Amino acid sequence: MASIRAFGRAAAVVVLLTGTASCGAPQEDNSTTAGRLSGTLTVFAAASLTDTFTQIAEEFEARHPDASVQLSFAGSSDLVTQITAGAPADVFASADTSNMDKLIEAGLVLGAPVDFATNTLMIAVPAGNPAGVTSLEDLVDPANKVVICAPQVPCGTATVKVEQAAGVDISAVSEESSVTDVLGKVTSGEADAGLVYVTDVSAASDAVEGIAFDESAEAVNTYPLAPVVDGNTDLAEAFIELVTGEGGQTILAAAGFGPPSP
Amino acid sequence: MSGGSAYSAVPRWIYLVAGAGALFILIPLAAVVLRVNWGQFIPLITSESSQSALLLSLQTSAASTALCVLFGVPMALVLARSSFPGQRILRALVLLPLVLPPVVGGIALLYTFGRQGLLGGSLDVIGVDIAFSTAAVIIAQTFVALPFLVLSLEGAIRSAGNRYEAVASMLGARPTTVLRRVTLPLVLPGLVSGAVLSFARALGEFGATLTFAGSLEGVTRTLPLEIYLQRETDPDAAVALSLVLVVVAVLVVGVAHRVQDGRRIP
Repeated sequence: MASIRAFGRAAAVVVLLTGTASCGAPQEDNSTTAGRLSGTLTVFAAASLTDTFTQIAEEFEARHPDASVQLSFAGSSDLVTQITAGAPADVFASADTSNMDKLIEAGLVLGAPVDFATNTLMIAVPAGNPAGVTSLEDLVDPANKVVICAPQVPCGTATVKVEQAAGVDISAVSEESSVTDVLGKVTSGEADAGLVYVTDVSAASDAVEGIAFDESAEAVNTYPLAPVVDGNTDLAEAFIELVTGEGGQTILAAAGFGPPSP
Repeated sequence: MSGGSAYSAVPRWIYLVAGAGALFILIPLAAVVLRVNWGQFIPLITSESSQSALLLSLQTSAASTALCVLFGVPMALVLARSSFPGQRILRALVLLPLVLPPVVGGIALLYTFGRQGLLGGSLDVIGVDIAFSTAAVIIAQTFVALPFLVLSLEGAIRSAGNRYEAVASMLGARPTTVLRRVTLPLVLPGLVSGAVLSFARALGEFGATLTFAGSLEGVTRTLPLEIYLQRETDPDAAVALSLVLVVVAVLVVGVAHRVQDGRRIP
């Protein structure tokens, strides 16, 4: 049924191209009756939050049986583009402050964003550490195949900060456009080492080993979230409360996220 | 346009639906053109990273097209001219990269040529390291582009028939001479348009390259990867480079059509 509807929708887009018709999602009834929250909450969250926000959403639905949460995960900048283009989001959780700022500039954030987590970089090596990498200095050696994020994306910005703080110049064989691609190159054993977030190392469990280094403190990535203008505000506030409260923080800490900086 | 016949069997409403379909393709292309920041267009596409990405794309696409011709011509000949058990299954499998999501192709290549891959160990022994090299880009492009050449050349060989080949053979020409002097000249238009299509597919390759080869300026970051990366911080640059790729693709498709129309076999 769903696929037939999707096909019809796509066909309608083709036929009505020249018109201004837009096929938005059906609007849910956002009624709130005496403290009982109901309706559908749509959360747009950074890809690095996939596991944790899926758990938090389950917790949210357990606490509010009449409400359901729809999650959409992608790179933060993709999500900003989608929301700016009119995608129906109630909450936006970004992997960095600069993408949240972009959405604020677009006038689409309700109130002030709340920081709810931090993430730092870690060296990831394939299981068994075949190249014997032990420190940030080892990533300078061109004999080691090192993969990092390109400076254009948040994890790459953090990488540059770390390099400056440590006074090293990493010789990378590839500068990927997402941290997932860096991790993929390490888990598959193509690369000897990569710089990823602490949470990526915990998520990859046995496939990679993590090596911490002091300079990671120089590039702390802060995760803010905020309700989106014209969204379901009551549900959005309740969800943000859960993320920043004990329930959400426990789940985030278990995945390796740091607490928000005071 | 109707090829001399006065009777047009196409009902009028068909034109309407066909028009909507055509707009579906054309409007997004127009949207790219409209979004281009023309004041900055030249600086954006001539920046160092853009130029090295374009150059790398053209070089790797040319190299992979050469590989496609090298392997694709024999493959097309075998598929079109001989028959053996399992031929139909083999054809279907060989054409698989046409319909496979490129990222799946990338994963398959990774587990074949990667350091931990099926052939990676043997390659390592002879001192060949493909990981994160330009060679990896060419392999990825060849993998996705090869079926285009095989498909269009096989069609050309079949529709050319084998009358002339039979005559040449009867006159005493050896098989290799027949191939060189009769078959290949006959199907040359099909070969050229197949090669052009392969080039175009190689130029647009993204998913397999991203998964398999990585992304480093001047080494593995082709134009599509550069566009994907620029989109993060500089949408104007991404749009400008997209237009460059659209223009190159239009030129390539135009050349392919010219070759096919101008030298059609009677």
